[in-house]
Amino acid sequence: MEQSGDFQMQDGAAGLDTSGPTFGERFLRRLRKNRLAGIASVFVFLVAIMAIVAPFITPYSPTDQNLLRRLEPPSDEHWLGTDQLGRDILTRIAYGARVSLMIGLLGATGGMLCGVTLGTLSGFFGGTFDHLVMRVIDVMMSFPGILLAILIVSVLGPGTSNLIVALTIWFIPTFARISRGNVLSLKEMDFVESARSLGASNSRIMVQHVLLNIMSPIIVYMTLSVATSILTAAGMGFLGLGVQPPTAEWGIMISQGRQYLRDAPHLIMMPGAAIFITVLSINVVGDALRDVLDPKLKT
Amino acid sequence: MQAFIVKRLLLAIPTLLAVMTIVFFSMHLAPGDPVDQMIPPDMEGSAREDMVERIRAQYGLDKPLHLQFLSYISRIARLDFGNSLRTRRAIAPDLRRRIPNTLQLGAMATLIAVCLGVTFGIISAVRRDTLLDNATMVGALFGVSMPSFFFGYMMMLIFGLYLRWLPPSGFEGHIFQWAGFRYAIMPALTLGTASTAVLARFTRSSMLDVISQDYIRTARSKGLGERIVILRHALRNALIPVITLLGIQFGAMLSGSVITETVFSWPGVGRFLIQGITTRDFPVVQGTTLIIALGFVIANFLTDLAYGFIDPRIRYD
Repeated sequence: MEQSGDFQMQDGAAGLDTSGPTFGERFLRRLRKNRLAGIASVFVFLVAIMAIVAPFITPYSPTDQNLLRRLEPPSDEHWLGTDQLGRDILTRIAYGARVSLMIGLLGATGGMLCGVTLGTLSGFFGGTFDHLVMRVIDVMMSFPGILLAILIVSVLGPGTSNLIVALTIWFIPTFARISRGNVLSLKEMDFVESARSLGASNSRIMVQHVLLNIMSPIIVYMTLSVATSILTAAGMGFLGLGVQPPTAEWGIMISQGRQYLRDAPHLIMMPGAAIFITVLSINVVGDALRDVLDPKLKT
Repeated sequence: MQAFIVKRLLLAIPTLLAVMTIVFFSMHLAPGDPVDQMIPPDMEGSAREDMVERIRAQYGLDKPLHLQFLSYISRIARLDFGNSLRTRRAIAPDLRRRIPNTLQLGAMATLIAVCLGVTFGIISAVRRDTLLDNATMVGALFGVSMPSFFFGYMMMLIFGLYLRWLPPSGFEGHIFQWAGFRYAIMPALTLGTASTAVLARFTRSSMLDVISQDYIRTARSKGLGERIVILRHALRNALIPVITLLGIQFGAMLSGSVITETVFSWPGVGRFLIQGITTRDFPVVQGTTLIIALGFVIANFLTDLAYGFIDPRIRYD
């Protein structure tokens, strides 16, 4: 994952021509070229807006039951129908977006902050600390996929905050490995050497020269981690290990709707489609970001 | 090759020990006393205390933690996973019955992922930037973004309930007989979808890397047919990194079985784990987590071996 050719010179870069397109311009140009990524970005934005203004979207409450209007199909009154307790599905999906986006963002951000800090320190200082961190990370990675999250939640108990902790711990190893690998190749570069010879302190070199230059792969992986977090949070909600009822959450909605699969499939279809399209959109945006920031990672 | 196998085996042992340590201590960190679950809630006073002490002695919970840990390791080495707190029965026979079910599902899902993922990955790379390539990559993106439980229920609805082509859920013996196989089709497809997508993307990128190499140009300039260039020269080299990914994907499928088995009521290890968590049956959680993590370690070990077998350079590192 060598980054040569795309490094940002922080010090001593004066005099170089820096009039090339900025990251924002390159990303917008990519969005214009890749129509799918443009649509996906708009959709992610809309989901975020829906999460913020959830109370104003419909006149219904996400938890108020109306047993006289159970399992109704989509209608003018209830655009996406009602669930087994007569709750408006659109309202629950809008409130569910809050929960999903919050867990997705916090889980991925927590993993990114801890992982990048550990990986950068580990790669930069090397030695015993590096060995120790890498062994711990090897062990964490010996737990496959969702199992580590399940183990952590089964120990701490189900709930939103424990789920965020579980996701954070799950993402630490990958962020640490990505940042360590990049730091190892970066710290041998000439501009780091020259900064050191000019008397820059370790912390200055780490923050200004190293950290800023490893941000591309980190941002790309961060975006994909948000998508993974949302998918995992829904999976944990479905298994009864995530957010707890009666909170409106997409995974719980599917779990509670499964008994009515034959008679009222919209109970599963609507929240399922919400998860799928949101995760798909974030993945498409992540791919577009990767193409702009880190073309070498392109698959 | 023998030295390589021994080296890899020795490397797997610390990982196994670490996994056992984490599983053991995580259960002891859990809030609440598991013994409380085994005592009738209406029992109070000294009778309750007596019973707590008796159960603690019976399960060795009165000993210091390090001794408990050593006895746990020695029990696991003898494949004794303790007794369920709920049923009081030994867990090992349950695990022995369920492991083959999960493995069958995992193997079938892996087969689907390899056949579809690798094939589509190759076609996509060879026909780069065509409609087929774009469609495959969009399909792969759909595959990685699809929640497996949603996909499972949609298949169940269409093929199980509406069209009635396949049984919606359940289990009917092993998959080597038609009756059992029919029950496994939808769960295996559900479990294998994400891995198929990941493998397709990865095979494509690996093939594209290889196709741009000099030796492929040489092979073509020698006048070799395109089929031979792709299958004999490019694919063999492109598959090396794909095999590494396969090990990781198999592990992901083992843990993914937790969701798939819950959706299709498949009596495997994953469903046992969820039952253990919902009833706070710690020995069951401990045993099943350990088995799934062990499966992952073994899959990675076998991947390492396969990697060394296919690419002799690895063995001499």
